[in-house]
Amino acid sequence: MAIMNIREAIVATLHAEMERDPDILLLGEDVVGGNGTAGGPEAIGGIWGTSPGLWAKFGPERVIDTPISESAIIGAAAGAALSGKRPVAELMFADFVGVSLDQIWNQMAKFRYMFGGKARCPAVVRLVYGAGMQTAAQHSQSVYAMLTAMPGLKVVLPTTPADAKGLLTEALRGDDPVMFFEHKTLYGVKGEVPDGDHRQRFGEARVVREGGDATIVACGRMVNFSEKAADKLAVDGIGVDLLDLRTTSPLDEDAILESVEQTGRLIVVDESPPRCSLAADIAAMVTERAFTSLKAPPAMVTAPHSPVPFARSLERAWVPSPQKIEDAVRRVLAFPGRSGQ
Amino acid sequence: MPLDSDQLLHAYRQMKTIRLFEERLHDEIKTGEIGGFTHLYAGQEAVAVGICMQLTTEDKIVSTHRGHGHCIAKGCDVIGMMKEIYGRAGGLCKGRAGSMHIADLDVGMLGANGIVGGGAPQAVGAALAARIDGKGRVGVAFSGDGACNQGTTFEAMNLAVVTKAPAIFVFENNHYSEHTGDAYAVGTADDIASRAEAFGMRAWRADGCDFFSTYDAFAELLEHVRGGNGPAAIELDTERYFGHFEGDPQRYRGKGELDRIRAERDCLTAFREKVRMEGSVTHAALDQVDEDVAALIDDAVAQARADAEPDPANVADDVYADYF
Repeated sequence: MAIMNIREAIVATLHAEMERDPDILLLGEDVVGGNGTAGGPEAIGGIWGTSPGLWAKFGPERVIDTPISESAIIGAAAGAALSGKRPVAELMFADFVGVSLDQIWNQMAKFRYMFGGKARCPAVVRLVYGAGMQTAAQHSQSVYAMLTAMPGLKVVLPTTPADAKGLLTEALRGDDPVMFFEHKTLYGVKGEVPDGDHRQRFGEARVVREGGDATIVACGRMVNFSEKAADKLAVDGIGVDLLDLRTTSPLDEDAILESVEQTGRLIVVDESPPRCSLAADIAAMVTERAFTSLKAPPAMVTAPHSPVPFARSLERAWVPSPQKIEDAVRRVLAFPGRSGQ
Repeated sequence: MPLDSDQLLHAYRQMKTIRLFEERLHDEIKTGEIGGFTHLYAGQEAVAVGICMQLTTEDKIVSTHRGHGHCIAKGCDVIGMMKEIYGRAGGLCKGRAGSMHIADLDVGMLGANGIVGGGAPQAVGAALAARIDGKGRVGVAFSGDGACNQGTTFEAMNLAVVTKAPAIFVFENNHYSEHTGDAYAVGTADDIASRAEAFGMRAWRADGCDFFSTYDAFAELLEHVRGGNGPAAIELDTERYFGHFEGDPQRYRGKGELDRIRAERDCLTAFREKVRMEGSVTHAALDQVDEDVAALIDDAVAQARADAEPDPANVADDVYADYF
């Protein structure tokens, strides 16, 4: 086991996997950086620091700086994947999915099915997402729900360095297009990372803690916030099951249902607006399939139905906070007002 | 190098197959047995064949919504294609694709595409993949005078130039993007090739209703790209014999236009004339091809009609390679 942060885990995994498999290539804006400048290639090395050393080691045919052309980046990844390669395409901000959506949604997601099951499209799209750095409405969104709704895509959201390695490795060894979401505030999160070959299967939620009184389902940064809420609740003797989904497609429905069948209470935390959200989807799934286990209506802790604001105070109000999660758990536990009985 | 008689016969057979495939579909669609949208390639055969017969199965092409010609020219099974268009279980894509999404990766055909301009970036990706393999293979994007106006096509051309990818942009100018003329929709004085040149690549221009003009220009282009000189483009002036889609009343056509382009701009007639004048292939041999191809298309339609519809139990198969 080595201690590293999520950024370091991603860099190390890209190095190791590109070393192992000559079919893997990386392309995106400034993944090398500095091309065509006095500073020269790798003057930047990726604005998120997730691709240093790759260009020097693997060369310009496998580590490709692209112009600011998101449709071309994703489309080229799709074409390379159909041609037998395993491209990793970086979207500097997940919000740019809007510019490149056709190549994700109408193209790579559909090839295998549309072509009668004979096509492989093993492309990994890395999307840097999330609020918390005052990057405002067009650089802060969590667009995983939209992509989770698209058949043909797998959607992955690591929250620990071990999972960053395990899930990225799994993505690079599978044969389907994977949307790999990296939360911009989590790159510095440290933890133990298994040495050597480490694959984390998709569709297996991580049980962050077991407490038995209520089930919190979260992904991405909301897992960390839910842990903070759980710490506060524990002081009052309230124990929660906390599930980190790891992947929203495939979704570990069994883990969610099994926990709710024990606790009877569900709180879903989702860093996005509520309509047609992951929170709404999971609340509906649980309501349909574990209705008789529920002791209270499921609660959704989400952002408001608004774009992500800029000002610090507004952004903090927008992001579901540990306090809001804690309040939601207490509200669900109090249903239908037992504390007053 | 002049083509030998076998190559000429092959080219003629391919063009004739596309023509009869499309004309037969034009008739069969009226019976109501074929659902959805069908966009016919008749009139443009010299482009698909003049280009694809110079490619290997390891060279990749991406096609358009008007893709039957590219599929046949690249080597897709004609009977499998007909079954696919009829929505049958034995179709090339198990009845999931229909006319607009036929693909066969085994022959380097990465897919027809229902999204205009969807394919060009993918051809660049195929070219970047080919460059890694280092065998001189290329990625070819077929686009029309409609797709030449899509941003994806611009992005793809620029990406290909800056990465020096062995990508080839084929612009088939049939003068209609859906129901709008290129004189209106293409801002660069009816010339698409000049756009490619503006992006920094060499471009060729040829008569897309003349197999030999297309073949010769593309041969030069292909040598240039295979030689590691980065991407290139070619614009082919061609004609679309049918509407944008089957059922299109074509009210935008000029008086006598369809008769004129059939009489004056038919690649098959021109091909026959040329080889007869040169004496390189006998008319008897060409007539035999006509007969063989007619029988093949009859057989394809008969087999498609007889084939089973896909089992509804399989509706959600093949969405993923694993996990689901």
